[in-house]
Amino acid sequence: MSFPLLTATAALPALGAIATAAVPATKRTAAKWLALLVSIATLALAVVVLVRFDPGGDRYQLTESHAWIADFGVRYELGVDGIGVALIALTALLIPFIILAGWHDADPVETGSKRWRPTQGFFALILVVEAMVILSFEATDVFLFYIFFEAMLIPLYFLIGGFGDRAHEHGEKAAATQRSYAAVKFLLYNLAGGLVMLAAVIGLYVVAGNFSLTEIAEARANGSLEMSTSTERWLFLGFFLAFAVKAPMWPLHTWLPNAMQESTAPVAVLITAVVDKVGTFAMLRFCLQLFPEASKWATPVIMVLAVISIIYGALLAVGQRDIKRLIAYASISHFGFIIMGIFAMTSQGQSGATLYMVNHGISTAALLLVAGFLISRRGSRLIADYGGVQKVAPVLAGTFLIGGLATLSLPGLAPFVSEFLVLVGTFTRYPVIGVIATFGIVLAALYTLVLYQRTMTGPLRPELAKMPDLRVREIAVAAPLIVLLVFLGVYPKPVTDIVNPAVKQTMSDVQQKDPQPEVEAAK
Amino acid sequence: MSASAVHSLWTSAVGPIAKIDAPKIEYAQLAPTLIVVGAAVLGILIEGFVPRKSRYYAQLFVSSVALVAAFAAVVALAADGYGTTKAGIAAMGAIAVDGPALFLQGTILLTALVGLFTFAERRLDPQVHGNRVDSFAAQASSVPGSDGEKKAVKAGFTTTEVFPLLLFAVAGMLVFPAANDLLTLFVALEVLSLPLYLLCALARRKRLISQEAAVKYFLLGSFASAFLLFGIALLYGYAGSMSYATIAQVVDGTIAEVDPALVNTMGNDVLLLVGSGLLIMGLLFKVGAVPFHMWTPDVYQGAPTPVTGLMAAATKVAAFGALLRVLYVLLPGLRWDWRPVMWAVAIVTMLGGAIIAITQTDIKRLLAYSAISHAGFILAGVIATTPEGISSVLFYLAAYSFVTIGAFAVVTLVRDAGGEATHLSKWAGLGRRSPLVAAVFAVFLLAFAGIPLTSGFAGKFAVFKAAAEGGAVPLVVVGVIASAIAAFFYIRVIVLMFFSEPKPEGPTVAVPSPLTMMAIGMGVAVTVVLGVAPQYFLELAGNAGVFVR
Repeated sequence: MSFPLLTATAALPALGAIATAAVPATKRTAAKWLALLVSIATLALAVVVLVRFDPGGDRYQLTESHAWIADFGVRYELGVDGIGVALIALTALLIPFIILAGWHDADPVETGSKRWRPTQGFFALILVVEAMVILSFEATDVFLFYIFFEAMLIPLYFLIGGFGDRAHEHGEKAAATQRSYAAVKFLLYNLAGGLVMLAAVIGLYVVAGNFSLTEIAEARANGSLEMSTSTERWLFLGFFLAFAVKAPMWPLHTWLPNAMQESTAPVAVLITAVVDKVGTFAMLRFCLQLFPEASKWATPVIMVLAVISIIYGALLAVGQRDIKRLIAYASISHFGFIIMGIFAMTSQGQSGATLYMVNHGISTAALLLVAGFLISRRGSRLIADYGGVQKVAPVLAGTFLIGGLATLSLPGLAPFVSEFLVLVGTFTRYPVIGVIATFGIVLAALYTLVLYQRTMTGPLRPELAKMPDLRVREIAVAAPLIVLLVFLGVYPKPVTDIVNPAVKQTMSDVQQKDPQPEVEAAK
Repeated sequence: MSASAVHSLWTSAVGPIAKIDAPKIEYAQLAPTLIVVGAAVLGILIEGFVPRKSRYYAQLFVSSVALVAAFAAVVALAADGYGTTKAGIAAMGAIAVDGPALFLQGTILLTALVGLFTFAERRLDPQVHGNRVDSFAAQASSVPGSDGEKKAVKAGFTTTEVFPLLLFAVAGMLVFPAANDLLTLFVALEVLSLPLYLLCALARRKRLISQEAAVKYFLLGSFASAFLLFGIALLYGYAGSMSYATIAQVVDGTIAEVDPALVNTMGNDVLLLVGSGLLIMGLLFKVGAVPFHMWTPDVYQGAPTPVTGLMAAATKVAAFGALLRVLYVLLPGLRWDWRPVMWAVAIVTMLGGAIIAITQTDIKRLLAYSAISHAGFILAGVIATTPEGISSVLFYLAAYSFVTIGAFAVVTLVRDAGGEATHLSKWAGLGRRSPLVAAVFAVFLLAFAGIPLTSGFAGKFAVFKAAAEGGAVPLVVVGVIASAIAAFFYIRVIVLMFFSEPKPEGPTVAVPSPLTMMAIGMGVAVTVVLGVAPQYFLELAGNAGVFVR
């Protein structure tokens, strides 16, 4: 038997989490270094996965399959396609930066108890989330996927509620209340979505008799597994609802601004750049593969909801006073693009959507982590409390600007490529929706540049005069992300090469071909 | 008239009767129950003859040895094939020895053993006049607040009678799901209930609430018993027999001959429907299903917490076992009549328990309503009427009982000056003060909520899957909605423990003896193992999924 590479990629952070949690209370720094080393080692493993993956080979590679709960028809089945590989790489890439950026976020404020070890807990929870996210990208068994999809809510819940942003205009007490509100809202939205999915998962089992994605998809394709139209639609809705909450898509998005606003910047990055990708990834992998007919049936509605997400998120972002809330609404707008790309059912659209997931992860991480550095200096999240920062902290302002420009999809930076692909893919099939979505880009320029203008330019506010520029640790976070943004903006081929074959297969699952350009016959 | 004349009158009236065979008792197959009953009797003798100082140790020793030995007997019977190939009826048709019975008996014995550990805990309450005391009243007969009570406390009395009472209750629970005729069912019900009524009244702290709870439980329980008994009488009138198998045969028409004494009633469907309705009602009371749940919150709150844990875990297992057997063995011919009713009961139980629980402010009442809502989930599996349904219920019961008993054991640890601090507001910030205890309780709450990788999820999934396969898809949808509602209040407790500021005069977490630690440890271990690797236990429950007729 070959080395179980995929299991190892997830097991390493899981074991690292246990080890980190076990570090004694006084050895805080050791715990941080341990967590960082584990995450870097995980990144190394993810790179090995990337290298071993052959884009031209089988659909699912590096597969593992073991008996697990035979009574439920559940097997421990892992396997990655190009989309999964790209997202695993993204996850493994971002976690070290998240840990590094959150280096001081969980230092204990008060030492009430000798056993209270928030620092160890913080980093252990981040690693637990990493393990579960990676497993959900790898699982090719619907039940196995569901387990990690749901279970990852618990560590995230503690990360949001237990380690919130201490910067709050009404003091620590109000911050604690809002934090726990945000955590509960996050959990209830996602849990409710997940439970609806549970009903659909059970329904799928009753219809199909097992949970193996490959088997069910094959049986669906060769016609040996019949589903009545209404059954398929109900099951599709059950799955889609859960993913739409996670993604999040309008009108199920309201948990995201609260959760991002109240959590620390690294946790906010973890949520929006890493965890939410599971939602959009699962739409591609499960909704389209298992329920192709129902997906096509639902497409018009989903496209409309996606375009509403784009415009609505962007409009609300323009009106925000809170930096992190602004970025949250911007993300909702971007998730609209991703969902639109997926359901446009064209190969450009879906390649673009997958690429978008990766690029959005990197660009949001860059913008949000730098914003977090800024907020930690001033102790306020309000845009109005800043002004003229670029005079005292030019490096900070510069990195913030590049992150912002990436968010508005400036050509030359990575998100441009993916946004362009998504729009091209949409235009060929849904021109009206494509046109409306384009306005989202204009609004993106507005909210990003206004944010930059108000915080970084203009007269320097006196209380910011002593604001230090980025430290070495912070530059170590921001610089590599910016390099990546530029690199993938100029040369996205490495990612698209991996992603494209997988997208082709998904397209053939839903039996869709790219619409051919039509030339009107000359009369 | 002389005595001998009466005797001759009587015998001549009846006439020469056929020789009565000596009853044939399969002692080996009944060993689990017999061991427990024997130990209970021994416990009473210990109360009579062993000096007060050594009673606690003697009782603890006898009880734990008995429970372990009985469990070993169950395992031996199962290994011998009594669960599958050799399954049959024992004790002249009174007791069934089959897969479900052995599985449930094993579960009951293990939970009772864990419960015993919490009964025997003596480090939580502060020492009184230099004596270690447990959660039970110094002297049950002394009036609360009286001089007699003070004297008893000063003398360091403890009610060691709780151990034989526990064993008697357990003996009843062992027979309850195995009973194969209605009379045995009733006797088992009383044997398990009476000691529990007593145990409920024995709290050391808050004695008045405890006694009130016991009276409530006793009154409502007697009503339920009366309903059950009435149902039995009607069913006897209908079928002319107490035996499950015979009644089932009369229901489906295999036995048509009419007992001359019952010529006017036999085969009367009104008797059958009313009788089985009353019978099921009595069982639903013990299960704690809406609308027969009214006793649950008060009794759970008032009873000493170790007793609550035992009731919530072992009693529920026994009662569901009996309900399963009644529905599957006694009334399968009536399936189309009872299924709609049970559908309705399951739906209101799931939703009712979950919704009312939201407003609770006392942790024990909260767990009581949570228990009601879980009863609804289990009923969803009961309704499936398939072998998968049976085995899913068996698995759920095993998973759920360990979570429950563990959770109540944690409740005993959180204390302030007035004893256990059960008001939810006092649990604020527990996660900061004692992260380990709070984390363990959070694990139990997550299992109750059915989060994946805990036993609660595996159980819920098994039950819902069986229900969906049995055609009860709407029930699954309601179950999912109820789970979402229930998640809210479980999460609320977690929020309180971890994200709220600790109160300055909040409760402390007592350091328990190894007994309670063992109880909680077993709870956590079972919760995690059944969550991550449930296959072995699912198989066990699957193999045990056939009732003997």
